[in-house]
Amino acid sequence: MSNALSGIEALRKSAPGRDALSAWTPRLVIAPGAIASLVYVFGFTLWTLYISMSNSTMLPTYRFIGLKPYFDLWSNHRWQIAYGNLFYFSAFYVVLTLAVGLALAIAIDQRVRGEAIWRTIFLYPLAISFVVTGTVWSWLYSPDAGIEYFVRGLGWHDFTFRLTTNRNTAIYAIIATGIWQASGFAMALFLAGLRSVDPDLVKAAQIDGASPARIYRKVILPLIAPIFVAVAVVLLQFAIKTFDLVVALTQGGPGIATTFPANYVYDLMFQRGEMAVGAAAAIMMLLALAVVLAPYALWTGWRSRQAAARG
Amino acid sequence: MVDATYDIALDPLARSASLRYAAGRIAIYSFLGFFALIYLLPLFVVVANSFRELPEITRNGLIALPHSFSLKAWPQAWAHYCVAGTCEGIKRNFYNSLIMTIPATIASTLLGAINGYVLSKWRFPGSETLFVCILLGVFMPGQVALLPWAYILGNLRLSDSVYGLILVHVIQGISFTTLFCRNYYVNIPDDLIKAARIDGAGFWRIFAKIILPLSPPILIVTVIWQFTGIWNEFLFGLVFTGGTQQPITAALVALATSQMNAHPYDVASSAVLIGAIPPLLIYLFGGKYFVRGLTQGAIK
Repeated sequence: MSNALSGIEALRKSAPGRDALSAWTPRLVIAPGAIASLVYVFGFTLWTLYISMSNSTMLPTYRFIGLKPYFDLWSNHRWQIAYGNLFYFSAFYVVLTLAVGLALAIAIDQRVRGEAIWRTIFLYPLAISFVVTGTVWSWLYSPDAGIEYFVRGLGWHDFTFRLTTNRNTAIYAIIATGIWQASGFAMALFLAGLRSVDPDLVKAAQIDGASPARIYRKVILPLIAPIFVAVAVVLLQFAIKTFDLVVALTQGGPGIATTFPANYVYDLMFQRGEMAVGAAAAIMMLLALAVVLAPYALWTGWRSRQAAARG
Repeated sequence: MVDATYDIALDPLARSASLRYAAGRIAIYSFLGFFALIYLLPLFVVVANSFRELPEITRNGLIALPHSFSLKAWPQAWAHYCVAGTCEGIKRNFYNSLIMTIPATIASTLLGAINGYVLSKWRFPGSETLFVCILLGVFMPGQVALLPWAYILGNLRLSDSVYGLILVHVIQGISFTTLFCRNYYVNIPDDLIKAARIDGAGFWRIFAKIILPLSPPILIVTVIWQFTGIWNEFLFGLVFTGGTQQPITAALVALATSQMNAHPYDVASSAVLIGAIPPLLIYLFGGKYFVRGLTQGAIK
């Protein structure tokens, strides 16, 4: 590659077609990365889409059988549990992460001492892998060593806290851990938003005698509403891609109670040899992301056009 | 933002106002303190337990002030503990993660810088569309790429190898790095580039003399983002490698889920910390850039 480029450089210095060549340099330079990226985005998606309509089992085959794998998938009990979990998880995770993040941001915004320290504490989970987070929290949830053991040791002998060992409550362990990991992220973005609000607007409201709570509700929060949407979209993306956290925290259990779509894709493809159905499940994940992202993209596009029109 | 410190007037109302102010302060600090405790609990637990003796952990539970001190767990986790049949600890997996993360971070960052430079300063017909297409890679779930990668890595004889993972992470990373760099370079005034072109500077010269010297902030953001992302990645490591080739995330899951009875919390705590230390250090020393990457990655 460097040879080719220095060749082009040499040509450009001498040849009369210098302008034409220099017009092509950027395109030649971007080509390798761009082609790889396009193959990754479109080629891989089409490939998986095709496999999802083939009769592949242990190995990929390319005999087209239409939508049968999708029907197989949607009639599968475990998949129903998985997408049910995804909806349930997403609702709690997104709403509560936004709430905790906003509360922390507003609290930090009250001119507290040691702001940098608070921010560091609330954001560090984001630097750590889901694997580490899930592993450590699985210990804390475990009855014979973690939180329950600790509280009983304090003297409350019939205290029970066994989220992960009960199939009805294990999902809450995943929700709580997800919130723990992501609310610092929401906090950081909200804080940036709070700081971007025009202080004159706030002063004007104060002069009018509005209470701090009212100023937040009526002046500040409406101004940072776009941040809510952006954070919610990112969190929904996290939710749809949830995989590592479940593996490290509950392994999808007890039983199959906390199976998520991403976990089931992995199982179908690499544990059960149902490649076509697994590919169909992966395409469904992609569709879910599209359902979240396409309206958002349209909305932001519309907003920026509005802003441009207003000048 | 809302100024909670009102000017205290010189009248009896002032007393109650300052009392209310004090109560508000206490409420705010208790609220933050309560959440800080929850946030720090897991960190405290792994750090403390990596230095406690196992019998004491089993007796007093994971959440307890240390009553014993031992350094045994660290060398055990690093070099001797048995994971998935081999008793070499997790040092090999740690090195795997380094061997995978460093080249993949550098390569994807360089490609992103070049792509971003072209897409912002050397636009051509269709370059905006190309940018949007590359951008779609940011949102693509890894699950959609599993089967194609398995096929390609198999044909390149790179399955079950750290080097295969490098390739996977570079290609996947291009979308992020292009996004970061392009959005940063867009804000460099075009006049600078025009002036340089009038002076006869070409594509590479402008990149080397104008763009790169202005790039350190965004390159740091990109490197931090890529390093933590690739280091912490689990799915590809799990699917495409096994045993001695696994990166540290996959090894940690194998370690944590292999022996559920008589869990060796001391060794596991050290192992978990070893896996978490590189991104934690980056976060502590590059926090400002870390947050910047976060906000840019999220909003754009």
